[in-house]
Amino acid sequence: MAKILLEMKNITKTFPGVKALDNVNLQVEEGEIHALVGENGAGKSTLMNVLSGIYPYGTYTGDIIYDGEVCKFSHIKDSEHKGIVIIHQELALVPEMTIGENMYLGNERGHKFAIDWNTTYAEADKYLRMVGLEESSKVQVKTIGTGKQQLVEIAKALAKKARLLILDEPTSSLNEEDSKALLDLMLGFKKQGMTMIIISHKLNEVAYVADKITVIRDGTTIETIDNHGQEPVSEERIIKGMVGREMTNRFPKREGVKVGDVQLEVENWTVHHPLYPERKVVDNVSIKVRKGEVVGIYGLMGAGRTELAMSIFGQSYGANISGSLKIDGKPVRLRKSIADAIRHKIAYVTEDRKGNGLVLSQSIRVNTSLANLDQISNHKVIDEDKEHAVAEEYREKLKIKTPGVEQLVGNLSGGNQQKVLLAKWMFAGPDIMILDEPTRGIDVGAKYEIYCIINDLAAAGKSVIMISSELPEVLGMSDRIYIMNASKVIGEMKASEATQENIMAAILKSGRGE
Amino acid sequence: MRMKGVSLSEFFKKYTMILALVLVAIFFSITTQGKILYPQNINNLISQNGYVFVLAAGMLLCILTGGNIDLAVGSVVCFAGAIGAVMMNSGINIWIAVLVMLLTGLAIGFFQGFWISKIYVPAFIATLAGMYAFRGLSNVVLQGYAVSISNKTFLNIFGGGADCYIPDFIGKGGSLNLTCLIAGIAIAAIYAIVTIRRVTVQKKMGIIQNTAPELLKAGILCAVVIWLFYKLASYKGIPTVLIWVALVLGIYNYITNRTSIGRHLYAVGGNEKATALSGVNTRNVFLFAYANMGLLAGLAGILTVARASSAQPTYGQGYEMDAIAACFIGGASAYGGTGKISGVIIGAVLMGFINQGMSIMGIEANYQRVVKGVVLLLAVMFDVLSKRAKK
Repeated sequence: MAKILLEMKNITKTFPGVKALDNVNLQVEEGEIHALVGENGAGKSTLMNVLSGIYPYGTYTGDIIYDGEVCKFSHIKDSEHKGIVIIHQELALVPEMTIGENMYLGNERGHKFAIDWNTTYAEADKYLRMVGLEESSKVQVKTIGTGKQQLVEIAKALAKKARLLILDEPTSSLNEEDSKALLDLMLGFKKQGMTMIIISHKLNEVAYVADKITVIRDGTTIETIDNHGQEPVSEERIIKGMVGREMTNRFPKREGVKVGDVQLEVENWTVHHPLYPERKVVDNVSIKVRKGEVVGIYGLMGAGRTELAMSIFGQSYGANISGSLKIDGKPVRLRKSIADAIRHKIAYVTEDRKGNGLVLSQSIRVNTSLANLDQISNHKVIDEDKEHAVAEEYREKLKIKTPGVEQLVGNLSGGNQQKVLLAKWMFAGPDIMILDEPTRGIDVGAKYEIYCIINDLAAAGKSVIMISSELPEVLGMSDRIYIMNASKVIGEMKASEATQENIMAAILKSGRGE
Repeated sequence: MRMKGVSLSEFFKKYTMILALVLVAIFFSITTQGKILYPQNINNLISQNGYVFVLAAGMLLCILTGGNIDLAVGSVVCFAGAIGAVMMNSGINIWIAVLVMLLTGLAIGFFQGFWISKIYVPAFIATLAGMYAFRGLSNVVLQGYAVSISNKTFLNIFGGGADCYIPDFIGKGGSLNLTCLIAGIAIAAIYAIVTIRRVTVQKKMGIIQNTAPELLKAGILCAVVIWLFYKLASYKGIPTVLIWVALVLGIYNYITNRTSIGRHLYAVGGNEKATALSGVNTRNVFLFAYANMGLLAGLAGILTVARASSAQPTYGQGYEMDAIAACFIGGASAYGGTGKISGVIIGAVLMGFINQGMSIMGIEANYQRVVKGVVLLLAVMFDVLSKRAKK
């Protein structure tokens, strides 16, 4: 048996009123990749913050034994000194600075008052090659893509002489290809003897890369699953530990599906990139949606899904948009105006609820009514009592867990925020709802509730377009599926015919430039 | 019991500035041997600070859009006042002059708003440019001299000179101005009735469970209003400028609380992208905020020249800072999205109290500035700390 590099024993951490961690135990062997999984708020990040000294010694109880000695970190510098380096989910790079400057930020080479730039860039280049980047370290970070930025983060960690590397959701903003490359890089590091802890929501990636998987639920360790078998451990097996029961039905059944006439028809839709007008981000796409139908659009990040949706929604994205749009069989010319799109009963529920969807500093009530203020106003004067009643109605209907509708949206959990966002657009009274990644970053229980809402919308005769990069979700929810890749729709399938295999096959086939 | 503890700390957080105001009032009552609460001083507090209330109402809307400020208002006050003074001096009808002053402000507001909202010039820069330009133009219009205003009607209506009170229609003579007192009682009564009706409706609809805090708040407010008008009545009555201030504050309280455009201001400040994707033309929201600021700067210009019975090239200097400080002391967020007219009132009154109190104590003007600076810093620090504690 290999040597135990890190042991966290009986870690308990309380915040005012909440026990975030309750007697958590974690053992990491030297040279393994250890995955931490759990629903949002289960305590994964808290545990890693305890380990890295962000929550200093004394604010928690229990022991951290690293490399055979008990550690009392009081600052993140202390843990980094020992070779424990954490890479956070949000990239912490300064876009205007060069890669080299970023890598040695706070860890400058040379003297404090005389930085040695030659050494900085030479060393930075060395580490960049180790993570497989060809870029010069003198290039500004903003000029490289997100996938490469993530690699720079790793190079930065290596430059700190990491022995134990902690990656918090490293692939959350990467596309499939970059994710795969990153995971393979991790496997490569493992061969060289590096120890890693990965926190991830993407269970297929966890199963692919991890040697052991520790499941955390409600602040306690549930189990550690060994992943050394012939077959990688199944996602269902991990989910069982995460939610505490077997999720036999991850997707709710739809009763009495009645699909009506075609409501929205998009033909030969082409959209150009707003900054690089010669680039087509949506290329000659034709789709249609019927009343009461859930249409899934599957594609990897960057396939043009969001661009398609937003360009339909009042041209809120893109330049030189061409193509035709029919609603209920009648041609519609939507001007470049979102208000106009809402008047034509189209709603677009964004994938980025915090950035593009909600006003976090305002209450649930204010957010619910924002896209349809006229409905609750009289000559532009808002009737707050009516508004309150509306917000209350949707709170009950969508089971938003909150003490009241005056609660600020910023204080809600991700799943509840997503429900507020849905409430806002349902109240806008659309016939056509475009849902962009409606379950991104929310936990399994809340996902199920969102799926139920989607089914209810379809049952009420709405036309639902659901964009997602989670294949099981698309397969489980849709009546019909469009597959997008590289700005084009490359396939259309009935749900009954679609499988994980034939969808991936279609993407691969188009990727070969058939 | 724990619940009570929580609600008490929440109470302090919510009413920090009101408590600060009460403390400041008590402090100055002691240091000035109660002189600060003399009717005459209360009166001065209102008439001397009328412009702060008017400008701060407009400034709040700009700040709401995302912490944007308008640095040009002091210069616009001076410029609009100068144009009006010159017009009246050359015998032009005062109503035309008043209209021109308001339109001047509005036009400048639109002009600056255009650069900010359509060309994306940062508000700080666009209005800094305006601050220079309109100060210079004021000098050009006045040719460097003071222009005095002698039109009695203008001065009476906008609160200038010595004779700037609402006449006492009811109690002929006497030491107590009955019109003023009755007006005060009437306002308190109307407010009380409106509140009681609102609260009963909301309780019936289940929006609020406990009516007591609302009613208590209204009761205290009514008492303050009656006390204020009693003080005013014991001096000379209602200063005319109070009518203008009350009108502006009333209208803007309504706009921010109850109208779509008000809601849009908060939403843009909270998350501009999300607001745009909700079908709101966010650029027009910016344009509205700045155009409106210009209009109110025009009104403040009228009040300023009326109070001084003249226009001078130096008028309005530093007014923008007073307005900005009143907003921030009153709890507006420097990042936009939060802030209320009621907060602005508290901020402006607090500053007025400090000015007045220190003047009575005979503290030099330079030190008064130091104290104002410290108060602004403390107020924003409280705001930041209480928000951080919430997380």
